[in-house]
Amino acid sequence: MALQTIPAAVVVIGLILYTLLAGADFGAGVWQLSAGGGEHGRRIRDHAHHANAPVWEANHVWLILVITVLWTAYPSVFGAIFSTLAIPIFLAALGIIGRGTSYALQNAANARQRRYIDLSFAAASIVTPYMLGSVIGAIASGRVPPGNALGAEVGSWTSATSILAGLLAVATGAFLAAVFLAADAERLREPDLVESFRGRALLAGVVAGGLAVGGLFVVRADAPRLFDGLTSGWGLVPVVVSGVAGLVSMALVVLRRFTQARLSAALAVAAVIIGWAVAQRPYLLPTTVTIEDAAANDTTMIALIVSLAVGAVVLFPSLVLLFRLTLAGRFDPTSQGPAPVPGGPVTRERRKHAAQTGIGFLITGVVLLTIAEPAVAHIFGLIFLGIAMFAGFRAVGPVELASRPAPEVAGRSLRELLRRPR
Amino acid sequence: MTDILAQDYLLEARQMQALSFVVHIPLVCFGIAFPALVLFVEWRYLRTGDELYRTLARRWSKVLVALFAAGVVTGTILSFELGLLWPNFTATFGEVFGLGFAIEGFSFFLEAIFIGIYVYGWDRLSPRAHFLSGLPIAVAGVVGSFMVIAVNGWMNHPEGFTFENGRVTSSNAARALFGNSYFWHEFIHMYVAGFIVTGFVIAAAYAVYALRGRWGRYERTAFAVPMTAAAVASPVQLLVGDWAAREVAKNQPVKLAAMEGLGQTTKGAALHVVGWYQNGEVVWGLGIPKLLSLLAFHDINSTVQGLDTVPLEDQPPVNVVRYAFQSMVGAGTIMALVAVLFLYLRWRKGTLPASPWFYRAVVLCGPLSIVALLAGWITTEVGRQPWVVYGFMRTEQAVTGASGIPVGYGALAAVYLGLVIAVGWVLVRLSRVPMAEPPDDRIDTVHPLSHVE
Repeated sequence: MALQTIPAAVVVIGLILYTLLAGADFGAGVWQLSAGGGEHGRRIRDHAHHANAPVWEANHVWLILVITVLWTAYPSVFGAIFSTLAIPIFLAALGIIGRGTSYALQNAANARQRRYIDLSFAAASIVTPYMLGSVIGAIASGRVPPGNALGAEVGSWTSATSILAGLLAVATGAFLAAVFLAADAERLREPDLVESFRGRALLAGVVAGGLAVGGLFVVRADAPRLFDGLTSGWGLVPVVVSGVAGLVSMALVVLRRFTQARLSAALAVAAVIIGWAVAQRPYLLPTTVTIEDAAANDTTMIALIVSLAVGAVVLFPSLVLLFRLTLAGRFDPTSQGPAPVPGGPVTRERRKHAAQTGIGFLITGVVLLTIAEPAVAHIFGLIFLGIAMFAGFRAVGPVELASRPAPEVAGRSLRELLRRPR
Repeated sequence: MTDILAQDYLLEARQMQALSFVVHIPLVCFGIAFPALVLFVEWRYLRTGDELYRTLARRWSKVLVALFAAGVVTGTILSFELGLLWPNFTATFGEVFGLGFAIEGFSFFLEAIFIGIYVYGWDRLSPRAHFLSGLPIAVAGVVGSFMVIAVNGWMNHPEGFTFENGRVTSSNAARALFGNSYFWHEFIHMYVAGFIVTGFVIAAAYAVYALRGRWGRYERTAFAVPMTAAAVASPVQLLVGDWAAREVAKNQPVKLAAMEGLGQTTKGAALHVVGWYQNGEVVWGLGIPKLLSLLAFHDINSTVQGLDTVPLEDQPPVNVVRYAFQSMVGAGTIMALVAVLFLYLRWRKGTLPASPWFYRAVVLCGPLSIVALLAGWITTEVGRQPWVVYGFMRTEQAVTGASGIPVGYGALAAVYLGLVIAVGWVLVRLSRVPMAEPPDDRIDTVHPLSHVE
C-alpha cells in the first residue's frame, strides 16, 4: 500500500513546490503587466525580472517532475487527464513556450523591445497558471473519466470549480510574488519598491482570500463530494491551517515583516493543495480510479522510489545552494564578488605526444570496432576512439593554434570568380 | 486499451510530434557539447589568467543560457505531447519506460539549477567556484540525453516486460531501459553528433567573421575551439555510424531493409546510392554489388533480410527512411572531409587555414550538421513505423481520441516559428554587443609562453 502511495505523495509535494516557486514566478509576470509606465513602472518590472531570472528554470522543472512521476507510477491516469483535458493543457504549454522565449529574449533586448517582451511574458504568466488551475479543478470535481479522451472536451474544464481553481492559481501566484518581491526589495534597500509590493501583496491577499472563502460555496454547489472532503474529517485541518496562515501572513505584511510573511504565505498556499489531496483521497480521478487501481506494478514502483530518493539526495543540496545564493543577494545586480585573480603562467604544454597517441588509439579503435566481431571488442573500440578524439583535440591545441599570428583570410570572392568569364 | 480509435488526423499528430523534435533536438546537441566547450575556455582562463578566454567563455555562456531556455520549453512540450498526442502509449507503457524520464527530470533539474548559478555567478563567485559550478551542467546534459535515448532504444527494441491482452502485466524498468542492448549505439552516435553540431554551428558563425575580415585573436580562438571539437568528432562519427548500422542490421532488420530499399531477402545484397524505391526494388540507383552484405555482416555472401519478411502494412515508408539515411551519410561524409582537411592543414602548416574556400565550406557545414542530425533521427523514427513500441503497439493505437489535432498543429507551428525567429534574433544581437574591453591582441605581453610548443 505504501509502495503505491509514496509516488502520489511525491506528486503532491511536487505540485506544492511548483505552485510556491513557479507560481510566484507567474505572479511576478502579473505584476510586470500592471506595473504601469514611467520610471517607477520600469523599476518594478526590472525588479520582478531580476528576482526570477536565475531561478525560473529550476522552478519550472517541478512541473516536469510531477508529470514524469505521474506517468511512471499511474500511467492510465496520466493518459486520461492529458487526453480529456488536452485543450487547457495545450494552452498552458503555449504559455510556457511564451515565457521561456521571453526569458531568452530579455538578455538581448533594448528598453523599447523589452516592453513588448514583457507584455507577452505577462500574458503567458496569466494563461499558464489559469489553465493548470482549471485542470486541477476538472480533476477535483470528478470530470475526468478513465480512458482515452472520454470526458467532455470543453465542459470538463469550464465548470465553476475549474474557473475558481484557475482564478485561485493566478491570485495566489500574484500574492506569493508580491510578498517575495517585497522581501527582496527590502534586502536591496529600495524603500519605494518595498511599499509598492506591500500594497500589491495586500491587494492580492484580499483577492486570493476572498476567492478561497467564496470558492467553498462554489465547490459546495458544483462538486459536493469535494466540499464534503474539505469540510469534514482530516480535510478540515489543512483548510483551517490555510485560513489561519493566510491571515497571519496578511498581518505580517501589514507589519512589514516580510521574511516571516514569506513563510506563512507559502504555508497558506501549500495547505490549499494538501486540502485538495486529502479531500480527494483515495481517488486519483474521483470517483472512478483510486490510487491502487492506477498504480504501476511493484517492480516499477520500487525502481521509481529508489530513483526519487537518490535524486533527492543530489537535488536538495543543489537547490539549497541556489536559493542561498539568491536569497543572500549574491545574484543581485549590485552584488560584487572577489576580483578575478590571474592564474600562473603556463610553463609547459604537455602535448608533445598527443598526435601520436591520438593516431595510435584511432587505429586500434578502428580494428576493434569496425573489423573485430565480438561485442566486447566493440566496447573497447569505442573507448579507444573516445581517447583518440580527446588526444586529437589536445594535439590540435586550438587555443595555441589561435594564439599564433594568422594570415588574413583572403582570396578571390565568389562574386569575383563568377564575374571572371565575362 | 488497444482498440483502434477513429482518429482522422494520425498523420498530423505524427507531424506535430516530428516538428517538436525538429526544434528540440538541435538544442539537445548544445546541451551535450556546449557546456564542455565553454568550460574548456574558462579553464584556459584559470590556467593562464588571460582575460580573452574569460571574455569568450562569458559571452558564450549568454548564448548557452538563451539556448537552454529554448531547450527547456521545447523539452516541456515534448513531455506534454506524450500525453496530448499519445495518451494510450503512455497509459499502457508508462510503467515500463517512465523511469527513464523521471531520472532525466532530475538531471534536467541539476542543469537548470547550475546554469542559473553559472550564468549569474560571473564576477560574484570566486573564479574556481564559478568554474566548478559549471561542471554539473556538462554532466547533467549528457545524463539527461542518455535517459531519453534509453527510452527511444526501448521503443525500437522493446524488452523487459510481459504483455498480455494489451496490458503490461509485469515489467522491469531498469532492465528494459539500461539492460537493452539496442540503445548504446543510438546514444554514442548522438553524443558524438552533439559535438559535431555544436562545433560546426559555432565555428560557422565565426567563419563568417573570418570571411568579413574580422580575424583577431578573439575570433580565431572562438573559431578554433569548436572547429577542433567538430574536426576530431566527424571522422570518428563515420566509424560509429557504421557500427550503429551493423547493430540495426542485427536487431531491426526491417529498418535496415527500409534504409537500403531492399525489397527481397537477398544473399550477397548490393548497396544502392540515390535512386527511388518502387515495387520492391530501387530504380535509377547506382548499385554496388555485394557491398550491403559486406557492410552489414562483414561477409559478401551473407543474407540480408528484405522488406518482404513482414506484411506490407508493417513496412515503414521506404523512400522517406531511405532518403533520410542517404542524406545523413552524405552530409556526414562531407563534414568528415572538411574535418580531415582542417587536421591535415594544421599538421602540415601549423596555422589556421588562410583560404576563404575553407571558411565557406565551414559556413556550409553549420546547417549541414543540423541536416545530418535531423535526417538521422528521421531514419530511426520513421524506420520504426508503423509501430510506436516495435511489434507491440502501432501509432494508430497510441494516438489520442481528442479532436482538434490540426488546430493544435497549426498553433504549435506558428509559435515555434516565432521561437526560432526569436532565438535567431537573440544570437545575432548577442554577437553584436560591443565588447566591454577589447581583448588584447598582443599575445607576447599577456601570454608570453604560448609560442612554446
